[in-house]
Amino acid sequence: MMKDKILEVSAIKDGTVIDHIPANSLFKVISILGLDKICNKITFGTNLESKKLGQKAIIKLSDVFFFDKDINKIALVAPQAKLNIIKNYQVTEKKVVEVPDEISGIVKCMNPQCITNAEKLTTKFQVVSKKYVKLKCYYCEKITDQEHFVII
Amino acid sequence: MKGKSLVSINDYTKDEYIKILDLAEVFEKKSVQNILQGKVIASLFFEPSTRTRLSFESAVNKLGGKIIGFSDTSSSSVTKGETLYDTIKTVSNYCDLIVMRHPLEGSARFASEITNVPIINAGDGANQHPTQTLLDLYSIRKTQSTLDNLNIFMVGDLKYGRTVHSLLMAMSKFNTTYNFIAPEELKMPEEYKLFLENHGLKYYEHRDFTDIISKADIIYMTRVQKERFTDPIEYERTKNAYVLKNEFLVNTKENLRVLHPLPRVSEIEQEVDMNPKAYYFTQALNGVFIRQAIITSILGLI
Repeated sequence: MMKDKILEVSAIKDGTVIDHIPANSLFKVISILGLDKICNKITFGTNLESKKLGQKAIIKLSDVFFFDKDINKIALVAPQAKLNIIKNYQVTEKKVVEVPDEISGIVKCMNPQCITNAEKLTTKFQVVSKKYVKLKCYYCEKITDQEHFVII
Repeated sequence: MKGKSLVSINDYTKDEYIKILDLAEVFEKKSVQNILQGKVIASLFFEPSTRTRLSFESAVNKLGGKIIGFSDTSSSSVTKGETLYDTIKTVSNYCDLIVMRHPLEGSARFASEITNVPIINAGDGANQHPTQTLLDLYSIRKTQSTLDNLNIFMVGDLKYGRTVHSLLMAMSKFNTTYNFIAPEELKMPEEYKLFLENHGLKYYEHRDFTDIISKADIIYMTRVQKERFTDPIEYERTKNAYVLKNEFLVNTKENLRVLHPLPRVSEIEQEVDMNPKAYYFTQALNGVFIRQAIITSILGLI
């Protein structure tokens, strides 16, 4: 099992592999991490079979490494995502993402009456539940849950 | 509290509530003073209001301060499309404190981030109205001589009513027992019930006015609004079930007082106004003292 996984990611020399992304969150992950704006080599696969997720997606990024605070942002849409850090074709480190305590930007507040949807300002949330992600808006104090996430 | 905005009731600690209530008591004894002489208070009402705006303005005038501002947006640059950001930035140049009401939720928090002038939130949509909550606390303490261990009945629209939500949060610091009387469609939201459970506080839910109110120390009435119902037939069926009549108050406790944030429509029969247990108009008067206490505390004059 372990061997298969390494084989699958061995295509890149150095970089990061993000695995176990729910297939329907792939493009959200790309958008949150700004992968559509970088020039590095990127391979991704989607609608792959997964026992855990049904259908999953995977992203392989050459010469890209993330800080925890940046990669943790994807926990909102891919809470079970796993990272393999590749150096010289070897997996040197494995990481899981963790939902942060606070979120700035990324998601819109779902309350249409919220000031963040009217004026130019960055949304800010306190994470009040991590398993089923629920965000409390710092401004209007209303809850936006993961089912209603609209990525900015 | 000096220099600190009051945006949400959760911005103040229990000690700070008590400080404001104690100070309001002092102002109730002597509400005409010259403490605010030379101070300019901006009163920005992006949405109409009677009680809140007038009680703020009365509070300031009695203390010798000056008020600038607008009571609706038609007489301001908002009609020209000015953003809230620009309005607040501009008005900050002209005053020592801003009192604002705005239809969008979170607007007061946003305003407090873009200026060094302290903001008092006089209502941001359905979200917060902290000075109302403080005057409710003041009215409860004044009529019951304590805030501790009381049994509070909240009646009517418990789903959308911001005043009941804020009061519930504030009273949770005083070992309160809660009783909620509301139609199915307007029940207290789960998040607040969960909050009470997490804080080990007791609450009971009822569909109708019954003898149960004989246990109440405070009955807090709210308006049941037609537009809150998805089913108009359900509204017709329930609207009369939540109207307080004199006969309901017969077997209630001697210390019971009926509160209502006002405006009232038909949820309290006019006959109740003469009942010694009716307190809602005095409650509105208390708003002046509580606002004097808040303004002078924030400006550091006390």
